[in-house]
Amino acid sequence: MARERGQLVFLEGLKSAVDVVFQAQKEPHPLQFLREANAGNLKPLFEFVREALKPVDSGEARWTYPVLLVDDLSVLLSLGMGAVAVLDFIHYCRATVCWELKGNMVVLVHDSGDAEDEENDILLNGLSHQSHLILRAEGLATGFCRDVHGQLRILWRRPSQPAVHRDQSFTYQYKIQDKSVSFFAKGMSPAVL
Amino acid sequence: MLDSLLALGGLVLLRDSVEWEGRSLLKALVKKSALCGEQVHILGCEVSEEEFREGFDSDINNRLVYHDFFRDPLNWSKTEEAFPGGPLGALRAMCKRTDPVPVTIALDSLSWLLLRLPCTTLCQVLHAVSHQDSCPGDSSSVGKVSVLGLLHEELHGPGPVGALSSLAQTEVTLGGTMGQASAHILCRRPRQRPTDQTQWFSILPDFSLDLQEGPSVESQPYSDPHIPPVSKNAKVDPTTHLTFNLHLSKKEREARDSLILPFQFSSEKQQALLRPRPGQATSHIFYEPDAYDDLDQEDPDDDLDI
Repeated sequence: MARERGQLVFLEGLKSAVDVVFQAQKEPHPLQFLREANAGNLKPLFEFVREALKPVDSGEARWTYPVLLVDDLSVLLSLGMGAVAVLDFIHYCRATVCWELKGNMVVLVHDSGDAEDEENDILLNGLSHQSHLILRAEGLATGFCRDVHGQLRILWRRPSQPAVHRDQSFTYQYKIQDKSVSFFAKGMSPAVL
Repeated sequence: MLDSLLALGGLVLLRDSVEWEGRSLLKALVKKSALCGEQVHILGCEVSEEEFREGFDSDINNRLVYHDFFRDPLNWSKTEEAFPGGPLGALRAMCKRTDPVPVTIALDSLSWLLLRLPCTTLCQVLHAVSHQDSCPGDSSSVGKVSVLGLLHEELHGPGPVGALSSLAQTEVTLGGTMGQASAHILCRRPRQRPTDQTQWFSILPDFSLDLQEGPSVESQPYSDPHIPPVSKNAKVDPTTHLTFNLHLSKKEREARDSLILPFQFSSEKQQALLRPRPGQATSHIFYEPDAYDDLDQEDPDDDLDI
């Protein structure tokens, strides 16, 4: 329904990738970098985002406070983009979505953990420094559990508001259900109480 | 020492991390400089101008000269609004000043520049900017220059960080424990040994610096309730709860000092060996050979011509 109302714009990366690789493109494609040997930046992808956020002249009220969801940035690294190019793309998205249009961004990136992926670490840490809120989902240290699927660490970073109490890190455990997620404090899962 | 960081001038590195951000401290130092009447330039690459100015009152904001490289740092909009030469060009332009007024240049952030510019170029420009007040042969007295660089430690390898560290007069590494922030300050004064100290602090809502004592010992986590907390100044005696005795009484000490070790070759021992006491029976060895022994009375060394 949101898509019909023009409220949702969805770029399906996999399908678009097939289009750009197997069909000749007249105009720059958002995933143009897949065709280029030395793609330096993600400017076409950013321009797609900016175009999608432009208000449509349809006589209806303009949508305000957009939300940009990116799922997921680690794929761009795997496709050959450098970490700094991806950070530049996110920088420009932030300037448009957050600063110009007063919206929000939610970005998913994978932590390489012990794999020592330098590029991924630069991307992850660079994004963390730009973020106001970091949600880190990880498995339990003790291993697999049927009733507790993982834990979520929440870290608030509000450099512009230092009055916020410093100890702004919370950890919750969660269980994923059919269409929702239930959260509880550590050790307080109904299954173990 | 944290509140007098800018007195030395030169490059001040603020090293922060994801957990302990450094922008608040950068803003606090910027406010301090502005209140001291210094010229303050901000090279804003990471956050918008509105976000950086948030929290400052209008008096401070009027004194800040903001160079905005957040909106279009790479000139993707091709509107030519950006400063020609980008942030590096703006830094180079600051090398050519002739003002006697002291100036503070805040780089938000140095990491942003280091990720996109060659390390050597950036170091050369930083050196030129932060040392322009000490150029020999310059008749005009250029005011003291302080360059505050915000560096996100996790983003760079040891090489670039080491290069910047060697350029810096002062390095502040942010950390903390139990919700309280600390700054480890390493200061290099010319012709003196480097000094370091750790200062606990917090930043107030108006970005004033509040220096603190540090977290109290009683509130440390995982403290054993059976061991009473020790006050800061009391010296802990490690020998109080041992199951063996480490101390000697006076008598025991004298006995130990007068003891002769068994293998110590003293003059008495030497005499005893050279002159055996009369009446001491010489020792005999009684040997009963068994059937398998082959006793040869000849001297095996007889044929040696010694």
